Amino acid sequence: MSVVVRTIARILVPVALLFGGYVILHGHLTPGGGFQGGAVAASAVALLLVAFGTSAVKGLKSPLSVLEDLGGVAFVVLGFLGIGYTFFFNVLAGSGGLFGAPVAPGPNPGYLNTGGTLPPMNWAVGFKVIGGLGAVVVLFALFGGGDDR
Amino acid sequence: MRRWIVLAAFLVVAGCLLLGAARMRPFGAPRLALMDRYFNAFSQGEAATNNVVTAIVFDYRGYDTLGEATVLFTAVVGVALILRRIRR
Repeated sequence: MSVVVRTIARILVPVALLFGGYVILHGHLTPGGGFQGGAVAASAVALLLVAFGTSAVKGLKSPLSVLEDLGGVAFVVLGFLGIGYTFFFNVLAGSGGLFGAPVAPGPNPGYLNTGGTLPPMNWAVGFKVIGGLGAVVVLFALFGGGDDR
Repeated sequence: MRRWIVLAAFLVVAGCLLLGAARMRPFGAPRLALMDRYFNAFSQGEAATNNVVTAIVFDYRGYDTLGEATVLFTAVVGVALILRRIRR
C-alpha cells in the first residue's frame, strides 16, 4: 500500500490495541467485554496485513495460536474454580481479595476492582478472540492467494 | 379446484395468524419479566458487577459462553484445516 496508508496504520495499530485492551479491561463496568474488545484488537492484525502485506504478519501465526489456546484453557480453569458449588460459580465475588471488592447496590459509577472471576474471564475470552480472529486473518493472508502490496 | 384449495389454505393460515395477534400481550410488555427483575435486583450482590449483561454472559450463563468460545475455536480450526499447505 501507499506511504499514506502505511503511516496511518503505524499510528492506528497501537490505538486499536489500546482500545481493545480498554474494552476488555472494563468489560464488567462498561458495555463491551472479551468478545468485543478482542475483535477490536484483532482488527489491528488486519490493519497490519492491509498496510504492510503478508510478510509483516507471517511471524504472528504461532504466537496468535498459542494466545488462543492459553485463553481457552484459562477460561475453562476459571470455570473450574467454582466447581465446589457449581461450574462457573463466581467464587471471587465479594471475597475481598483480587477483584473481590463488594459493589454497592443501586446506580453507582463502578470500581475496577470488582466482579470476582468476571474480569479474568473477560481477559481469557479476549485473548481467545484476539488469537482466533488474528490467526484466521493471518491464515487467509498466507494461503489465500497472491501477495498484493 | 386448485384455486379453491389455495383459498381455503389462505383463509386457515390468515385466521390462525389473526387469532394469535388478537391474543397477544400489550405492545411492549415483556412476556416473562421474572428473570429480568431477578437479574436487575441481585446481579450486583451475587456477581459483584455493575454490568448486568456481563454478569449474565459470564456468570449466570457461563456455560453458554464456553460453548460460544468453542464455536470460535471450531471456526479457527476449520479455517486452518481448509487453508493448509499439503506436502507432497
